[in-house]
Amino acid sequence: MASSEILLEVKNLKQYFRTSRTYTVKAVDDISFNIFRGETYGLVGESGSGKSTTGRAIIRLYDPTGGSIRFRGHEIAGNLTKDEKADLRNNMQMIFQDPMSCLNARKKVIDIVGEGLDAHHAYSSKAERKEKIIRILEKVGLTEEQATRYPHQFSGGQRQRIGIARALVMQPELVIADECISALDVSIQAQVVNLMRDLQEEMGITYLFIAHDLSMVKYISDHIGVMHNGHIVESGTTEDIFSSPLHPYTQSLLSAIPEPNPEAAKYKKHVHYNAKEMGVDYTKGKLWDVSESHKLLATEEEYSKWCRKH
Amino acid sequence: MAEETRERVLSIRDLDISFDTSNGTMNAIRGVRLDLYKGETIAIVGESGSGKSVTAKAIMGIMAKNQHINGGSIMYSYTDDEGRKETLDITKMSEDEVRKTICGKHIAMVFQDPMTSLNPTITIGKQIMEGMVDHYHYSKEEARKKAIELLDDVGIVDPEKRFGQYPHQLSGGMRQRVVIAIALACNPDILICDEPTTALDVTIQAKILNLIKDLQKKKDLSVIYITHDLGVVAQVADYVAVMYAGRIVEKGSVDEIYYDPRHPYTWGLLSSMPDLSTNTPRLFAIPGNPINLLNQVKGDAFAARNPYALQLDFEKQPPMFNVGGKHRVASWLCHPKAPKVEMPHSLRVKIDNMLKEVNAYGKQ
Ligand SMILES: Nc1ncnc2c1ncn2[C@@H]1O[C@H](COP(=O)(O)OP(=O)(O)OP(=O)(O)O)[C@@H](O)[C@H]1O
Ligand SMILES: Nc1ncnc2c1ncn2[C@@H]1O[C@H](COP(=O)(O)OP(=O)(O)OP(=O)(O)O)[C@@H](O)[C@H]1O
Ligand SMILES: [Mg+2]
Ligand SMILES: [Mg+2]
Repeated sequence: MASSEILLEVKNLKQYFRTSRTYTVKAVDDISFNIFRGETYGLVGESGSGKSTTGRAIIRLYDPTGGSIRFRGHEIAGNLTKDEKADLRNNMQMIFQDPMSCLNARKKVIDIVGEGLDAHHAYSSKAERKEKIIRILEKVGLTEEQATRYPHQFSGGQRQRIGIARALVMQPELVIADECISALDVSIQAQVVNLMRDLQEEMGITYLFIAHDLSMVKYISDHIGVMHNGHIVESGTTEDIFSSPLHPYTQSLLSAIPEPNPEAAKYKKHVHYNAKEMGVDYTKGKLWDVSESHKLLATEEEYSKWCRKH
Repeated sequence: MAEETRERVLSIRDLDISFDTSNGTMNAIRGVRLDLYKGETIAIVGESGSGKSVTAKAIMGIMAKNQHINGGSIMYSYTDDEGRKETLDITKMSEDEVRKTICGKHIAMVFQDPMTSLNPTITIGKQIMEGMVDHYHYSKEEARKKAIELLDDVGIVDPEKRFGQYPHQLSGGMRQRVVIAIALACNPDILICDEPTTALDVTIQAKILNLIKDLQKKKDLSVIYITHDLGVVAQVADYVAVMYAGRIVEKGSVDEIYYDPRHPYTWGLLSSMPDLSTNTPRLFAIPGNPINLLNQVKGDAFAARNPYALQLDFEKQPPMFNVGGKHRVASWLCHPKAPKVEMPHSLRVKIDNMLKEVNAYGKQ
């Protein structure tokens, strides 16, 4: 259950990449949101809108261009001491979108999953180490026999599960799960999501859940942020976003959810959205409180237009 | 469409593939049989690790070092540059031969892990142009123009600026779209997409699926989708094959599979599919673990996880029963003399609701 304690507070976070002398990508451009301890915060939005960058900035794979990130009350956006870094690595884990690019191809699965345990000496004997690893592997639907294999000998979904096991074995406080279930079949997705929920209940783990599957996001999240073009254009409780979406991008996104009913799919209509065509400029908007939980990025004019219907 | 008038482009028969592992031989593909017709879209769905990607890679002639094709054939029919009809057995060709004569130009594949199929040291623009220059002898200028068009087609904003970027400078979904652009650049007649839209948001996913649909109409492209997203399957597929432990356990038209599933594994799969109304405290997952293919499989590989299994399902491999239409099921439950078994009640309710919804649309 989510508490009222804020575990992660992101304020005006900016992450820019200068790719050439004339071109700077504003991957994340002034976003703010809070995640409460023990909850699941879903981050959804357009491909390329900055979701992974947000996750990677929070876990400090990048040096943020601007803004603040407070984790457990401590500022972590600036320079970190060695101890602070170690502390961060211990309490925050990320499950990466591209499993192959982050699994060491020359290590056996058992050692990949054990990496974090080794670094933090989180066991008292070899037997305990092995037991911990095998138990988490089984929980994500892999077998003891597979533990001695190398990553390239696995299917896409199996690799994804190795990444999940590696993060969860550390029992961190915050897990940033970047598209961690999209490569899995629906039954194993269900198994992993159930596992994530169990661990949340047992140990109060908090999740930042980045995903494209909106049925799953709806199912698992307490709060949701919708990203487009480096900005969070709308955020709120799951109920706010799904029952009364206000931003036209959110509405467009929800209208495009694939209909798992083949004949009904033929009747489905998508709501088109193009910020340029509509003359929407996110940098001109400000964040409005539609209700205590529901926030909308808009100019004054947009705000009155988009909220009028409700 | 009448069966005879359709032109078959791919015909897989009794494909049998194994891997040598440190623990013994693993029988990954155990007798796959599948046809693909011109202009048709088939979807392969099924459990993670059931052999979908291995089958697809075999069509591209791609083999791991420890992989063996023990039997079967993959017949590919096409029209060559001189207009002659040719049929080749891909399993009998070397990897090099396949790469030179078939890959890219005739059959193109979008791989599951986009990073592994992109070269990190070459700009994405160059990578898209490569095939056009090699196969069609486009001039640099033409190729560049077409590459930028393709990037735009797959929904990449500012394609000119992105053209000169390296893969790591793109988001996961952008990389996936670059891989799709590379596959489309060479005008293939068969496109195999292995999880092509997992990293894409639903609006861009819809755009890509429509793009492929348009190409299909224009060029009679045949498409194989491998995907876990049953929503995508419902939108694009004419025909669905369900895989479990290296075999196809059920296949049929998309309506047959979604509204009248017969194999208990398919029941489990459809039951696990979440939708926007799901709010149970736990999601349904098929109980038990996949079978270990290091051992010889007797009977139906799903039997041990199947509460409806008959004694015979444990003992003898079921043949493909014809249950009408295009619908085929490999389960002894479909034997004419088998006891009648109903699908789980919750799935029955789910399907009835889908049918009601369709009816409501029909009346509008
Ligand atoms: N080189 C290899 N050596 C040993 N086993 C392998 C090798 N490549 C694949 N396998 C095994 O073959 C089986 C089928 O793999 P495949 O990649 O086809 O699965 P898949 O159906 O595509 O699954 P997913 O949906 O997870 O991508 C898996 O159990 C996998 O572990
Ligand atoms: N290292 C980098 N160098 C330059 N640009 C980058 C880098 N990393 C990300 N970007 C750019 O930042 C933007 C946001 O990328 P990000 O990976 O955060 O998107 P995303 O929301 O996770 O998308 P997806 O859903 O496709 O994974 C993109 O325009 C991308 O090209
Ligand atoms: Mg991403
Ligand atoms: Mg695969």
